Amino acid sequence: MLRTAPDGPELDESRPIFIQIAEQVENDIIDGTLPEGSQIPSTNEFAAFLRVNPATALKGVNRLVDDGIVEKRRGIGMFVTAGARARLIERRRAEFAAQYLRPLIVEAEKLGIDIDELAGLLRAERIQS
Amino acid sequence: MTRTVVRASGLTKRYGSFTAVDGVDLALEEHKIYGLLGRNGAGKTTIMQLLTGQLFRNGGELEVFGREPAEHADVLRRMCFIAEAQRYPEDFTPAHVFKAAPWFFEHWDAEFAERLVADFRLPLKRRIKKLSRGQLSAVGVIVGLASRAPLTFFDEPYLGLDAVARHIFYDRLLEDYAEHPRTVVLSTHLIDEVANLLEHVILIDQGRILLDRDAEEVRGSATTVAGASRVVDEFVADRPVIGRESLGGLASVTIDGRLDRDERVRAAELGLELAPVSLQQLIVHLTGPEPAGAPEKEVAA
Repeated sequence: MLRTAPDGPELDESRPIFIQIAEQVENDIIDGTLPEGSQIPSTNEFAAFLRVNPATALKGVNRLVDDGIVEKRRGIGMFVTAGARARLIERRRAEFAAQYLRPLIVEAEKLGIDIDELAGLLRAERIQS
Repeated sequence: MTRTVVRASGLTKRYGSFTAVDGVDLALEEHKIYGLLGRNGAGKTTIMQLLTGQLFRNGGELEVFGREPAEHADVLRRMCFIAEAQRYPEDFTPAHVFKAAPWFFEHWDAEFAERLVADFRLPLKRRIKKLSRGQLSAVGVIVGLASRAPLTFFDEPYLGLDAVARHIFYDRLLEDYAEHPRTVVLSTHLIDEVANLLEHVILIDQGRILLDRDAEEVRGSATTVAGASRVVDEFVADRPVIGRESLGGLASVTIDGRLDRDERVRAAELGLELAPVSLQQLIVHLTGPEPAGAPEKEVAA
């Protein structure tokens, strides 16, 4: 479920690891790898798998709990909540413009690609992939 | 509530006119993995030797498990110190070392030690003098892990260990730490390899603490901005600069502090490249030969 390179897991240097752990779980929920009601790995499993300090993994999981994406069932573990996927998608959609469109437009302007041409490129790319 | 296992204030160690440890204030909390980082001769080993009662300080206050460490058996018994060049009695084999270990470490786990011996493929019956450098380091690493001491120091534990053996060490440390939480102090130059294992980072330079911070806070706390000198200078104008390189009309400047989303967008619009700074790069900037600015004023997190 989590992506890992042969020589170790892929975590990028620039951002806090706990946020990346939370995001990886979110991605797995969004793409259906972790369905609602399913159990997510334990803090120690995350720590061992990603080779990170367990306190960091716990912070990532706690972030998901605070967001209502997973819930703790005492003595059993952490489970994906009902409606988690829809809420995540809604949140990601809200961030989509700032995270993806804005940099795209900036780069397009730099290269002299106007909005209509950009739209055309997007459509062409869509057909190819 | 987290308990503080080590509390030092104004800790000082002098050798003649040379001050190896210069008024260090630090607190180590229970059940955390610390990275004690810094250049050669920065004072890391001296600090660990003071904490473990192997050296006497010239000044300052020190409490380990609530008491003076030196000559207090109940304090010393709860600590394990793995030195870079551990000495063993003449004619000892690794088997002797592991047999003697439970006399010093009350939490010694012989089964765990056995598994580690297998993991590291350590020849038990060979005399220590005849072991390779890496095998000698493995003996120390095994003692450090299997002792499960409430306060464990690893001082450059892996001279000569290959990449596979080092990863075995990291994996076993994390697994065992998760099951048997304890305070671990890891001193190493292989910062990139251990960065993610650490919960807290203490950076020492010239006997003083340069940085004492949560590892997550340090991560991504600096950014390198690269591009045309004039544009870069304008962008970083009122930020603390900790490193600078230039080539012709291009500059690459490292600043302390995070950039928010708007600043990132603005940087992109100005045609500047932003790159993250790893813990290792940050430390190179902070302790390197360039005048990196005054040591930051720190509050222990």
